[in-house]
Amino acid sequence: MVQTSPRAIPALYRSTVGKKSIMAVTGVVLVLYIVLHMVGNLKIFFGPEEIDGYSAWLRTFGEPVLHHEWFLWILRVVLLASVILHITMAVQLTLRAKKARPVRYQHRAKVRGSYAARTMRWGGVIIFFFVIYHVLDLTTGTVNPGYEHGEVYRNVTADFAPERWYVTLFYTLAVVSLGFHLRHGLVSGLQSLGGKSPQKARTLNLAATAFAVVIVAGFLSVPFAVTVGLVD
Amino acid sequence: MKLTLRIWRQKGPDDSGKMVEYPLDDVSPDMSFLEMLDVLNEKLILDGEDPIAFDHDCREGICGMCSLVINGTPHGPEKATTTCQLHMRKFKDGEVIDIEPWRAKAFPVVKDLVVDRSAFDRIIEAGGYISAPTGSAPDAHAVPVPKPDADRAFEAAECIGCGACVAACPNGSGMLFTAAKVTHLGLMPQGQPERYDRVVDMIEAHDEAGFGGCTVTGECTVACPKGIPLDTIVRLNRDFLTATAGGKKKS
Amino acid sequence: MSDAAAESGVAGEERAVREANEKAEGIMGMSDSFYKSGEPIADAKAPQVPIEERWNTRKFEAKLVNPANKRKKTVIIIGTGLAGGSAGATLAELGYHVVQFCFQDSPRRAHSIAAQGGINAAKNYRNDGDSVHRLFYDTVKGGDFRARESNVHRLAEISTQIIDQCVAQGVPFAREYGGLLDNRSFGGAQVSRTFYARGQTGQQLLLGAYQALMRQVDAGNVELHPRHEMLDLVMVDGRARGVVVRDLISGEVKTYTGDAVVLASGGYGNVYYLSTNAMGSNVTAIWRAHKHGALFANPCYTQIHPTCIPVSGDHQSKLTLMSESLRNDGRVWVPKERGDARRPSDIPEDERDYYLERIYPAFGNLVPRDIASRAAKNVCDEGRGVGPGGLGVYLDFAGAIERLGLEAVKAKYGNLFDMYERITGENPYETPMRIYPAVHYTMGGLWVDYDLESTIPGMFVIGEANFSDHGANRLGASALMQGLADGYFVLPNTVGDYLARNPLDAVPDSAVQEAEGRVSEQIDRLLSIDGDRTVDSFHRELGHIMWEYCGMERTEEGLRKALDLIPALREEFWRRVKVPGSAADLNQSLEKAGRVADFLELAELMVVDALHRTESCGGHFRAESQDEDGEAKRDDVNFSYVAAWEWAGSGEQPVLHKEALAFEHVKPSQRSYK
Ligand SMILES: Cc1cc2nc3c(=O)[nH]c(=O)nc-3n(C[C@H](O)[C@H](O)[C@H](O)COP(=O)(O)OP(=O)(O)OC[C@H]3O[C@@H](n4cnc5c(N)ncnc54)[C@H](O)[C@@H]3O)c2cc1C
Ligand code: HEM
Ligand code: SF4
Ligand code: F3S
Ligand code: FES
Repeated sequence: MVQTSPRAIPALYRSTVGKKSIMAVTGVVLVLYIVLHMVGNLKIFFGPEEIDGYSAWLRTFGEPVLHHEWFLWILRVVLLASVILHITMAVQLTLRAKKARPVRYQHRAKVRGSYAARTMRWGGVIIFFFVIYHVLDLTTGTVNPGYEHGEVYRNVTADFAPERWYVTLFYTLAVVSLGFHLRHGLVSGLQSLGGKSPQKARTLNLAATAFAVVIVAGFLSVPFAVTVGLVD
Repeated sequence: MKLTLRIWRQKGPDDSGKMVEYPLDDVSPDMSFLEMLDVLNEKLILDGEDPIAFDHDCREGICGMCSLVINGTPHGPEKATTTCQLHMRKFKDGEVIDIEPWRAKAFPVVKDLVVDRSAFDRIIEAGGYISAPTGSAPDAHAVPVPKPDADRAFEAAECIGCGACVAACPNGSGMLFTAAKVTHLGLMPQGQPERYDRVVDMIEAHDEAGFGGCTVTGECTVACPKGIPLDTIVRLNRDFLTATAGGKKKS
Repeated sequence: MSDAAAESGVAGEERAVREANEKAEGIMGMSDSFYKSGEPIADAKAPQVPIEERWNTRKFEAKLVNPANKRKKTVIIIGTGLAGGSAGATLAELGYHVVQFCFQDSPRRAHSIAAQGGINAAKNYRNDGDSVHRLFYDTVKGGDFRARESNVHRLAEISTQIIDQCVAQGVPFAREYGGLLDNRSFGGAQVSRTFYARGQTGQQLLLGAYQALMRQVDAGNVELHPRHEMLDLVMVDGRARGVVVRDLISGEVKTYTGDAVVLASGGYGNVYYLSTNAMGSNVTAIWRAHKHGALFANPCYTQIHPTCIPVSGDHQSKLTLMSESLRNDGRVWVPKERGDARRPSDIPEDERDYYLERIYPAFGNLVPRDIASRAAKNVCDEGRGVGPGGLGVYLDFAGAIERLGLEAVKAKYGNLFDMYERITGENPYETPMRIYPAVHYTMGGLWVDYDLESTIPGMFVIGEANFSDHGANRLGASALMQGLADGYFVLPNTVGDYLARNPLDAVPDSAVQEAEGRVSEQIDRLLSIDGDRTVDSFHRELGHIMWEYCGMERTEEGLRKALDLIPALREEFWRRVKVPGSAADLNQSLEKAGRVADFLELAELMVVDALHRTESCGGHFRAESQDEDGEAKRDDVNFSYVAAWEWAGSGEQPVLHKEALAFEHVKPSQRSYK
């Protein structure tokens, strides 16, 4: 019934509104992953078998239809594509915004809108560098001293050991940034996709804040538990 | 009142411009902000200096011509008020006031505080209308419009095209202005046939003019003297996606 | 304002002397010494058929332009308000090539945007007895029998189509719960025929016309030039063939030629300096056409609106209108004692003079605009005015708040009260509002015939810039109707007829050079004076003179005095004005200087017109012509005509051409509000 005209998709991609909606869609993919990942991480509280098993499951899921680690790689490709698109759009829109105001205000007034909204870009950059470090840390083990492939529980507890408090601190900083990013990103993403509920702006904001807090708490519980010795 | 004004002076589009300080005594709190500038200009003229160019016409808050960024805030500190309706009693004796033009690539400075806002006209030109050639209209009561729709359309139609939204937006985006028109016409039954073409064409003109993209920062609606709500942008996004991804655009 | 206050004091004292003199001399013993009489003039275009059939007949008789040729015909339009905007859009839809100008940065900002109240139309949606004939009747009567019946009837006929057109464009008129249009009664009409969009009717209507116009710009049919000001007319063989404009950004003086010229440049109320008009509203376009031979009709008919926010000091640049509806619940009063400086709350009830209720017990605070305005001026002249300079009266809502409750008053007038507080810094819920009359609308304008064509062939005048439909007084909500009727429906037909009948040759270069030369010369002259007074100071002074002597109440003595003062001021202007900067870029002082130069000439003509018309009618009140109760006395025997003035040169006596008015359908009567 509805036919997408051949020019519609380029129009979408070219326009600022389209770019923003691509960010929103990829953002949603990333959020889903983050939720999954956080839930997975929490398994650490049930002991090494649970979490290591989970890690193994990730790699064997879909067998024998899929080859070993295929599922994980599909996941990684989707994630990577989303991150690339998301960041490309973010960079394009940011450059555009810079060009749109070539001369800055001499007198810069206080932010009258929302702070979360104004920190999206720096927040995103922090998260980006965090993820690179994080993958080198816990997936490839490049920067993690006693890294053992497949032994997630061991790797994590070694990573956040009390004497490595600075790692925990860095993670905290990153995760809090993520919280801010999500807090505004969710509301804004919904609006970018034209989601209804304008009258309930307050409720929407509250829900997004609650969600961000849960995510932050969920992620941070692991390194903190390790650092203070609840899990070792 | 005594005030110190620091005003952006720029001879023309190619001049780089700078802030110039003007002390002013004898400001009456009953003056409007623009009347205060009138007084300063009369002084400058008699002193043989070039008076400050600024845009204004109706001085009633409706034509959308006045356009000053006062202490970093478009239209100044009073909420839901245009520059021309702002009065000096909102300022303190001895205050230093910075006055700048709207700053956006799509609104190049013409002189001093005057900018060129024809980009807004081009957005309307691209589709901000309902095609109804004169004489072709049915009786006004042929199509009833539900009151809530009419009221919301009216709220969006209140936009005076001043451009404060652009001046306030950290991205230099003209999305609130564009969305106000898309919402106004999109809510009227008369606006339905062209609804999806309209939004795509207007966005194209918006982007072409050099405005930034909207990342829903929300500064625009706070600066808007008519309080055009942010949900107009949500509506615009929805119509745009329906038109493009949903394939509703016809031409 | 101190000057004006002083002057009004003087005027008050002189009053008794003046009245005695008038009685002695007799008002009819006036000499012709300030104008010359010319040939009568008549409208030859309205077909001689019954009034209901005139417009249809005229449309049928009009010659049509071959569709293939329309593109080759260029129509130049000055102005993008309701009149110009609607005309430009419609002519372009028809296929003509339109070249259009406005001085603002966008066509959407024309002053029509400021109209608040509404627009009339004889739809009779309320079934309350309205009809085309009733609207026609009300308008002729409201105009105090100084308008042309043919034109007014056509206006009433077209009124219904206007609403249809605007609704189709998406104008968000107020609606009722059933989804149909809401109406209200306005300006003393006894039927509900006013359509509105909250307090922003003009804005919404203008945006409709603007959007239709922009659609034609996109289609390539309209060539739009914002920030351009028309400064002269290009004439070839006695016909209007183009305009000279100044690009206000680059300063360049350019000429655009075409086959017909339409002036839709709005009203000239700013001759009074302070008015409810926008700062840029001016007479320049029509005045410079007047100097080429277009007759100027009824220049002295001005409408003064009684409920405006008063002047707060010398710095005042414009006056803001407060809706008339406030008089429904507010009570107007001043202290009984002169110079009573107490706060209003300290003045006890029995020391207050509710003068409207006292003088006009039947209508009280709801008397018509002109009566309310004059009464306010009278009490202020007596020294009983309130607020800065004693130029204001109280509009008190204490009673209404007590009777209806604060919330009800807030719901009804909240917006207006907020606006008042923003401007004055006073809270009208606690202390009475102060109001004072202000110049609001000019009924006069260039003379046009039934086709809206001026006495210069090929030059049409529409909207507030012409004189056509409102006689000596305009009814509320009728200006918007007229502007749109002219632009959407009348002009497109009549311009076509002119173009079809008059194939024209190319405009010779010499005509262009001559016109451009005149413009450049004036600009150079203004810039070279380099005197010691600003343009604004002259404009303010002119405004004082006009307000004092040619304002709400006019007397022979005052007008004669103005006739001395204005030429002297004009002479001083050309000697002492200081216009800084150059002609080669944006120069707002130069723009103003040109406009004020024209106001200084127009003012004299207004005074001459007011002086020659020794009757009182509509917006023109001659103190000499009133009955025992102080009511305006019309003189139908001697003044039932349109005064169309011909320019004879600066400082020369203008020539009066009379267009006799016949009233076949509405019998003239005197009004009474006691
Ligand atoms: C405060 C206020 C409230 C009003 N409320 C109502 C109301 O409720 N109902 C009602 O019916 N009427 C109302 N009126 C009257 C009505 O608004 C005007 O009479 C009407 O809008 C005039 O329209 P117009 O198109 O003739 O002129 P305008 O809208 O004034 O347009 C004039 C146009 O001409 C252009 N122009 C002028 N001079 C030049 C030049 N030299 N060169 C180039 N361009 C030029 C301007 O740029 C502008 O585009 C109100 C008026 C005022 C001031
Ligand atoms: C703070 C608490 C976190 C902990 C304890 C943690 C732990 C881990 C561990 C153990 C792995 C390796 C899993 C495996 O190889 O099976 C991993 C992978 C990963 N984590 Fe985290 N993580 C945390 C936060 C985050 C955050 C906030 C993000 C994103 C913003 C993130 C994104 C990723 C990614 C992208 C991978 C790689 C997945 C892959 O491709 O295999 N992590 N994390
Ligand atoms: S949306 Fe508001 S700020 Fe933007 S142009 Fe319209 S009225 Fe001005
Ligand atoms: S401030 Fe700018 S980012 Fe969007 S919400 Fe408003 S246009
Ligand atoms: S001057 Fe018209 S809105 Fe300010």
